[in-house]
Parts: sequence; structure tokens; C-alpha cells
Amino acid sequence: MSENGRRDYQGSKIGMWLFLFTELMLFGGLFILYSGYRSLHPESFHHASRELNVVLGVANTLVLLTSSLFAALALTSVQQGRHSDGAKWAWLTAGLGGVFLVVKAFEWGAKFSHGIYPGGKALLALPPGEGLFYGLYFTMTGLHGLHVLAGVVLLSVMALLVGKGRVHQGDCVVLENSGLYWHLVDVIWIFLLPLFYLAA
Amino acid sequence: MSYLDRQGEGGLYSWVTSTDHKRIGLLYLTVMTVLFWVAVALGIVMRLKHLSGGDFLISARAYNALFTVHGVIMVFMFVIPGLPAVFGNFFLPILIGAKDVSFPRLNLLSWWLFLTGACLAVLSLFTGSGAPDTGWTFYVPFSIRTGTNVSLAVFAAFVLGLSSILTGLNFITTIHRMRCEGMTWHRMPLFAWAIYSTGWIQVLATPIIGITLLLVILERAFGIGVFDPAKGGDPLLYQHLFWIYSHPAVYIMIVPAMGAVTEIIPTFARRCIFGYKAIAYSSLAIAALGSVVWAHHMFTSGMADLANIIFSLLTFLVAIPSAIKVFNWTATLYKGSVDMQPSMLYALTFVFLFSIGGLSGVMQGALGLNVHLHDTYWIVGHFHYVMFGGTGFAFFAALLYWFPKMFGKQYDPKPAYAAWALMFLGFNMLYGSFMALGYMGMPRRYFAHLPQFHSLHIAATVGSWALVAGLAVFYANLLIALRRGKPAEADPWGGKTLEWTLPSPPPPENFDKLPVVTEAPYHYNPKAPA
Amino acid sequence: MTSMDQEKGHIVEPAVLARVWGALVCLTIGLVSASLASPKLAVLAMLVITPAKAWLVFHYFMHLKYEGPLLKGMVLVALLTLVIFISMMFLDLGFR
Repeated sequence: MSENGRRDYQGSKIGMWLFLFTELMLFGGLFILYSGYRSLHPESFHHASRELNVVLGVANTLVLLTSSLFAALALTSVQQGRHSDGAKWAWLTAGLGGVFLVVKAFEWGAKFSHGIYPGGKALLALPPGEGLFYGLYFTMTGLHGLHVLAGVVLLSVMALLVGKGRVHQGDCVVLENSGLYWHLVDVIWIFLLPLFYLAA
Repeated sequence: MSYLDRQGEGGLYSWVTSTDHKRIGLLYLTVMTVLFWVAVALGIVMRLKHLSGGDFLISARAYNALFTVHGVIMVFMFVIPGLPAVFGNFFLPILIGAKDVSFPRLNLLSWWLFLTGACLAVLSLFTGSGAPDTGWTFYVPFSIRTGTNVSLAVFAAFVLGLSSILTGLNFITTIHRMRCEGMTWHRMPLFAWAIYSTGWIQVLATPIIGITLLLVILERAFGIGVFDPAKGGDPLLYQHLFWIYSHPAVYIMIVPAMGAVTEIIPTFARRCIFGYKAIAYSSLAIAALGSVVWAHHMFTSGMADLANIIFSLLTFLVAIPSAIKVFNWTATLYKGSVDMQPSMLYALTFVFLFSIGGLSGVMQGALGLNVHLHDTYWIVGHFHYVMFGGTGFAFFAALLYWFPKMFGKQYDPKPAYAAWALMFLGFNMLYGSFMALGYMGMPRRYFAHLPQFHSLHIAATVGSWALVAGLAVFYANLLIALRRGKPAEADPWGGKTLEWTLPSPPPPENFDKLPVVTEAPYHYNPKAPA
Repeated sequence: MTSMDQEKGHIVEPAVLARVWGALVCLTIGLVSASLASPKLAVLAMLVITPAKAWLVFHYFMHLKYEGPLLKGMVLVALLTLVIFISMMFLDLGFR
């Protein structure tokens, strides 16, 4: 229990975790749909998955895993009082998030150029199960991409705040919470990789 | 100085930017009351239409829009947020001895999101190509085909969901972190327990409807295909996702109502609550069990038989924790010295009407009977007994109970009794007729009705007039009290929880000095087990 | 009530974080090679390795290992809820 009025470090973290649960359930709804449709159309899912670029998918996984490491390092640095290191790691985290988005854009672009997009001719010509696979693929990676984008903005703001000394060793719960958000985005991608790229 | 008139902070701007949980509670109350009356008006027009079996007063299209918007406003803007957002905001921090919630600014944001969602929903009526006509359930494939303004209405529901999530998150954290010294879990007033259970449903279930509604919008905008049978989508999966939230949402509506009633009954029975722990943990049990019964809305949709049987069984089980509460309330009254103040009368009416609603729900949970009753007026009657007879009456009871504390004014009890008589009579005429109609086979959402249903439709419509008259008396009485009511005492009812230790209305930060709690709540008869 | 660690946040050494990262990369490689090897192995790898990776991130990067029982319990409730939702839907989909 905390004194009223004082900054409540543990309370902020509980609030953040509860928010993460809502994110988890938001994607959870899509995971429910994915598992439902995959059980109804196992063959089509295998087939459609083969058309995705595994190399890009795995590369992006490594990018996000590394960015997660950097986010964790940013927090550790600030907690240990090495503030300039903390800002540097936060910038690097945001930068890798940017890399992820660029790779994702190329991937989507390649699909679009082959007519694979919602309502696209090539997509409509595919069997229904494959159409569903791509519908879920664009929805889930798209929603995830939006979360990465939000995370990039968030981490950049954190880097600025650490740089200016507004977030520091004695008061870094916002950095910790931003890190938690970034790690959750990473965890969701950890699940998206095998569901889409490795389902062949 | 009270929170109502902090110095230099009386204007509208100071209210809509206030992070004081009490002011935010009143902001919700104001918006919600307006929306409630809008939805009541829509309902009345629907009833007037049924004075004739055929074409009368409005077009069939308008009728579709009416039941859709009536449902959307009542469900998403009055019944779901009602008790948590108004009384939870106002009283939760006070009941646990705190100066505010954990995240006051987030709390204000929730209200702004609520206002935005409400405006968007109302806007969807007048913009685009016609008001949404899908029913509040937005079932696919119709909702992705219809040309009406469904996307905006669905987005409004999404924003309202976000508001509800943030409120729930805030309350859970507040209960974990802000309890005053000595306020252990088992000394918390039971309304706080109810708000806590509700918070968990809000946090864990609401995102599912959020993503489902987003998918409907994506489907309409881009045709991604996940709910479109023409592209292989399965509309049943939409129904699963929709009810994974929307059934637990029923418990978001009813659990805080039960919590409020649990505060009122011991106060006016002058007895310690019977079975404190049973009531506290049955709230959690309802939240847990209520999350795994969703498919009982889909028994006739063509699910697997196994799913039908298991969900039917679970539906029967969820009646147990609800019944535990009813028995404990009744036991609290036993040998109590009951003071039938208006709020007590409304609270007991809640118990009565909720029991009808709840037990009829158990009947519908039986697979065979469900086939006969599904999508009839019986269902409409059933959920109005739960949501209006239950949550609605509990809301009124809570308003009467806490009104003197919130506004520092006392109302005249006589009109409140008169309003009760009108409402009780009208309510049962209206929704009792509905249940009879449904049992005879009248389908819900139909514009026209057959001659054999006519007399009961007339009875229902006449009942709706009495109900609205009662509502008008109820609200008029409180409005008059706001302007001309006598100043209220700090503890007009002899309540034993922390809010009654404060002056009416409470000061801006509630407690000058944080209280120290040394005993369980409701200690009227110290010898009783607490 | 709570130890200093929980109140102000536990500090995880950079070396620990780096090792966890190494483990995550190895698991990813394992996952990819398993799914290229055979379809059966792919499903098995997805069901075992993916949660293991998520567990590592929760445990070390998100400091769950150093949190009290309250947060751990909350996370468990949330995850369990999602699992229950998914599995109960298969009462319908799996037996139609």
C-alpha cells in the first residue's frame, strides 16, 4: 500500500501491465480467428504460407529481438546512472523499430505488386482458405506494424527525455513502462513468425 | 468548501478539465442521463408503433434504426458504464479511504473518450446513408453488406470500449495500491469488491470486442474477407468473438449493481451484512464463470452439439454465485429493523426483478426450450428484467442512497415512492407482456405483428407510458431537490462506511487526514460474524 | 510491505540480458530449422519453442522474474483467460 499523493512506482507498473493485458487480448481475438480458420482450412494455410518470404520474416525477428535487448539495456543503464548510455540505447531501439517497418514495407509492397492485397484480383482468384490466410496476414501484421510505429515514437520520446534529464535514475518508471510495451510488441511478433512464415 | 465549489473553479471549463474523481463521476452522470432519455424516447416511439399491427407512425426502415440505436445507446452508454463510471468513480476512492484514483488524468481521458464515443454514435444517426439498422449486435454478414452508417456506429462502440477499459484498469490499480491503513481486503466495502471483479472483465474481455468491431470496419472498407461468407469467412466466428465480450459485458452491467445493493441493504436493515466473504468471492466467481458461457447466445446458430451441451451446463452453473448473493441479502434482512426509505425500496425491487430476470435466464439455458424462445420477445423481456429491472433499478437505488452525499441536498421521499409505484407497475406490464408475447411466438425486431398478439402489444405500450411517467417523476424530484432541497446531514441514513464520515458534499480531496480502519464494514451488530 | 527491489525496480545486469538475447537467437534458429525439416516437427517446434521464447522475454526483459506474486499472478490470469477462450471455441469448431 502506498501513501496517497506520492509517486507510486509499483502502481504505475501494475497499470501498465493491465494495459498490456488489453493489448494481449486485442491480438488474442485475432489469434482466436487464426486458429479457427487454420483448423477449418489446414491445406490452404500451408499452401499460402509458402508464398511468404521466410528470409525477411526471420530477419525481422532478429531485428526485433535485438531491439528488445537494447530497450532492456536502456533501462539498466538509466537505473545504474549511466544516462547518456541509456539515451543511446533508447535511440538504437527506436532505430531498429524503424528498420523493422522498412523491411515490412518492402514485404507488403512485393505482395501488392503481385495483386495480393485485400480486394486484389490475384487474391480473389485464390481458394477461400488462402484468401483468409492473407486477410489475417495483412490484418495481424498491419496491426502489429501500427504498434511498432507507436513504439518507435514512444522510445524516441523516452530517448529525448533521458537525454534532457527528465527521466533519470531516481525516476524512470515511464522508461520501464515504455520498455514493457516494446517487449510485448516483440512477444507478439515472436508468435506471428511461426503462425505465418513457418506454417508451410 | 466542497468539491462542488472549489474557489475560482466553478465554470464549465474547470469541470471538463477536472481530475477530481468526484467531479468526473458527475460528468458521467450528466452525459449518461441525457443519453438515457434519448434512448427512452426511441423506445417509446417503438412502443407507439405497435399500437397497430401494420404500417403506423414510422416506416419499417426507421423501426430498424430505432431498435439498433436504442440498443447501442442503452447497452454501451448507459447500462455498461452506468454504475462503475458514476458511482465507482465517485465512491470507490472514498470507500477505501483514498484521496483519488491511481491515475486521475487517465480517468479524465476515459470520460473524454466516453463523450467522443457518445457523440460519434449520435452522429451516425444523421450522417452517411441512413442510421445503422443491424441491431446492437452488428451481426455479419448483414452488417458488412448494409449500406447504412454502420462503420461510424461500430467505431463509436470501439471508442466507448476503450473508455471502459481505461476505467477498469484504473480501478483495479486503485484498489491494489490506494487502500488506507487498516483497509485490508476483507474490510473493504462490498461495492469495492464488485468494482474490482468488474474491472477484470473490462480489462480482459473488452479488447476482444474492440478487435471484432475493427474487423467489421476493415471488412466494410477493404473487404479483407474474414467475416465474409462469399470469401470463405465464417459468420459463426464473428458470433463467438462478439459474445466472448458481450456476455461477460452482462456481468459488467450487473455486478456493480449487486455491489451497490449490497451497500444499501445493511444500512436500512441496521444489520451487518450476512455472509460477507460469500458475497465478496461470489463477485469474482461470477466474473470467472460468466466469461465461459458466451455461446449460449448461439444455440440455434448451428454450433457443434458438444459445444451446445457444455455451454448449457456452464450457463446453469453461473446461476449459483448469483443465487448466493440473493440468499445473503435475504438473510441480512432477517430480524433486521428494516427502514423502508426510497432507496431501500428500489434496492429490494432490484432483488425481486433481478430474480425474475435471472431465473428466466436459467430457463433459456436449457437447450430444448431455447429453440422455442430464441429471438422472440421472451428474450427481450428477459434481458430488460436483468438490465432495467436489475441494473436500472439498482442505479436508481444507488442514486437515491448517495444523492445527499454527492450534492449535499436532501430530496423529498414522497415523489420517490410515487415514482416507484408507477415504474414498478409500468415495468411489469411492459416486460411481463413481452415475455408472454415471446412465449406465444412473437419474434423480436419485427415491424409488424399478427392479430393474435395485438392485445398484449397494447398492454405493453400502455405499461410503457406508466414507466416513463414514473421515470419523469423520479428525475423531476431529484432536479427539484438539486435546486431547493434542504441541506443534507453527513450521515442521513446511519450508514457505517467511510463516505458517511465525510461532510455532504465531500471536500475536494476527501480526507484531510487519511482514515485508519480498525474493523469490518457494516458493524451494526458487533456480535455477528463479520 | 514490499522489498526495495519491487518498489524501485530490479536492475538486471547487461551480461544477463546479453545471454538471454543469445538464447532467443538460438531458439529462433532452432525454430526455423525445425520447420524446414518436416511439417510435424514444425508444429511441435511452434508449440514448444515459441512459448519458450515468449517466456524468456517476459521473465528477463520484462523483469517478471523479479516481481512479486501479485504481478505474476495477474499475468497468469490474463494468459489463462486467453487460452481458455481459444480452447473453448474449439468445443464448437473441433466437433462440428
